[in-house]
Amino acid sequence: MLAEDSVLLREGLISLLERLGHEVVAAVGDAPALVAAVEEHDPDIVVTDVRMPPGFQDEGLHAAVRLREGRPALPVLVLSQYVQRTYASDLLDSGDGTGIGYLLKDRVGQVEEFVDALCEVADGGTVVDPEVVRQLLRRRRDPLERLTPREREVLALIAEGKSNGAIARDLVVSEAAVGKHIGSILAKLDLPQADETHRRVLAVLAFLRA
Amino acid sequence: MARPGFLLSSWPWRSAAYLLTGAVSGVVVLVGIVTAAVCGGVLALVLVGLPLLVLTALSGLPVAWAERHRLRLVDRAPARGQHRKPAAEGLWAWLTTRLREQATWRELGYAVLFAGLLWPVDAIVVTVALLFPLAMATTPLWLATTGGGEEVKVLKLWTVTTWPGAFGFVVLGTAFLGLGAYVLGVAAGARAELTRLLIAPRDADMGATVVELTRSRVRLVDAFEAERRRIERDLHDGAQQRLVALTMALGLARLDAPEGPLAQQLAKAHDEAGKALSELRELIRGIHPKVLADYGLAAAVADAADRSAVPVDMDLELPGRFSQSVEAAGYFVVCEALANVGRHSGASRARVSGAYRDGRLSLKVSDDGRGGADAAAGSGLTGLADRVSALDGRLSLSSPPGGPTLLCVEIPCELTEAAERCA
Repeated sequence: MLAEDSVLLREGLISLLERLGHEVVAAVGDAPALVAAVEEHDPDIVVTDVRMPPGFQDEGLHAAVRLREGRPALPVLVLSQYVQRTYASDLLDSGDGTGIGYLLKDRVGQVEEFVDALCEVADGGTVVDPEVVRQLLRRRRDPLERLTPREREVLALIAEGKSNGAIARDLVVSEAAVGKHIGSILAKLDLPQADETHRRVLAVLAFLRA
Repeated sequence: MARPGFLLSSWPWRSAAYLLTGAVSGVVVLVGIVTAAVCGGVLALVLVGLPLLVLTALSGLPVAWAERHRLRLVDRAPARGQHRKPAAEGLWAWLTTRLREQATWRELGYAVLFAGLLWPVDAIVVTVALLFPLAMATTPLWLATTGGGEEVKVLKLWTVTTWPGAFGFVVLGTAFLGLGAYVLGVAAGARAELTRLLIAPRDADMGATVVELTRSRVRLVDAFEAERRRIERDLHDGAQQRLVALTMALGLARLDAPEGPLAQQLAKAHDEAGKALSELRELIRGIHPKVLADYGLAAAVADAADRSAVPVDMDLELPGRFSQSVEAAGYFVVCEALANVGRHSGASRARVSGAYRDGRLSLKVSDDGRGGADAAAGSGLTGLADRVSALDGRLSLSSPPGGPTLLCVEIPCELTEAAERCA
C-alpha cells in the first residue's frame, strides 16, 4: 500500500518493491485516497509521503495518524524530506508506538536497508532515520543524562531498527555485551517489565521524547 | 481668496473672529505670564515660588493647546502638537517628559511671542481693517444719535454736519469694509501660518507618506517571505524528488551490477547523489523550514535548539500560531542568535524563552558566554533587526564584555490560530 504524489517516485517505489518480492496492492496520490484505499485493501503495511495534495502541507502524516487511531496495529512507514523530530513524534504518539517507521526519502536509495526497515516495521518494530537519531543525540537531557555514552550509542542503533546482532557488528563487540547494555538501558529508563520487543520500542519512545 | 465669492463667504468673518479672539486672548496670556513670572520670581527667594516658575515655564502648553483649537477657525487641516506620551503614569513622569521636550520650549517661546508681539498686531489689524470702516459706514447713525442731527466727528478727523455728507461716508466705509475683508484674510492667513510653523507643524502630508512607506515595507517583507516559500516548494517538488528518484535508480542498478569497476563507479555515483540530496535538504531548510509552516514557531525553535552546538534550555509558552511573517522573523532571529552563541560566545549553555502577552510576542535568547557581541559588527542581526522593525517590533541586544549576552525581540501581533496544533 503506497501513497506518494510524485508520479516519478511512485513508479520507482513500485518497481523497487516488486523487484524485491513485495506486492503493492494500491498506489495512490493523495491523503483522502490513502484513507479510502486502506479501508478497501486492508494492507500489511502503509508507506506514505508526508507532504501530499490537496494542501501540500503534512496531509500524508495526518492521514497516517488518523489511520492509526482506527487501527492501532496498522504498520505505517512515513517517508519524509524533513529531519525534524516534531514530525516523527506526532507519529510515534499514535497507537502504542509499535509498527512505526520514519525515514528520510534518501533512504530509499539504500535499497536493501530500506526493504529491511520496511519488514521490521511490518513486524511491529520501530524504525527512526539515523539522521533524525543523530539530531536527537545532540540533545543532552533527562532521562538520557543517566546513560553512559556507550549506552546512548546502543539506544540510537535500537531506534534505527537494528537487531542485537547488527548492533554488535556495528560497535565491534560481542552480542552478549550488547545484551548487557540493553538491560542496563531498560533499567535506567525505568521501563516496566514486558516482553523484549515491546520494551525496546518503549526505550526508543523515551529516547525520542526526551 | 482670489475667488469672486470671497466677500460673501464665511471667510472674512472667520478671519475677523480669529484675529479678534487673538487680540483678546493675547491680553489674557500677557497678564497671566507676567503675573506668574513676577510672583514666582519674588517668591523664589523663599523657595515657594520655584514651583510657580516651573508652572510659568509650562505655560506654553495650555496656550499652544488653545491656539491650536483657535487655528481651526481659519485652517481646516488638523493641527496636532508634537508632545510624546509619558513613559509611565503619574505627575512626575509627565513633568520630566514635558520639561525635556523641545516642543514644550517652542510652545513657551510662542506664548511669549504671542503675549509680547502678536496680539497687538492682531488688534491693530482688526482696528484698521474692520473697526475704522465700520465707524465710517455707520456715520448717519452717529449723526442721528450722539450728534443730535447737527454734527458728528468721523474717526475724530473729519467733521460731518450734513446728511448727504454722512451718507457719503457710508459709501466710503462700505468700500473700505470690502477692502478690509481682504486685509483681514491676508493677515489671518499669515498669522495662522506662523502659528502652524511654531506649534503645529503640517505633518499631515508627511504622515501620509510615512504610512505609505511603512505599508509598502510590510508588503515587501511579505512578498519576500512568500517568495522564499515558493522557492522552497519548487525545490521540494522538483529537484528534491528527482534526486530521490535518481538515488533510487542508482541503488537498484547497484543490485544488478556485477562485482568490478562498474559496481565501484555506481557506488561512487550513488554516494554523491546521496550527498547532493542531504545538502539540498539543508539548503531548503535554511530557505524556509517546513516545520515552521506546519507546526509553528515553538516547534521550529525547538528544532533550531536541537541543532545548536551549545546545549539550549527551552522555555516557550506560546498560546498558538501567528502570521507567517511574524513567525518567520521570530524564527530567523532565534536561529541567528543561536548560531552566534555557537560561533562567538564561548558559552556552555544557552537559553531560549518566549511568551505572548498583551498583544506582543517576546522572545529572549541568552547565554553564559563572554559577551562583547556587537549587533552592528557585520553579524546577520542588522538585517533581522530591519525585518523585525518592518513588523513594528523591536530587537535589542545587551552584551557587556564578560557577558552574559541577552538578545530580546518584541513584535506586536495577533494570534491567528489557537493552540490546537502546536507541538
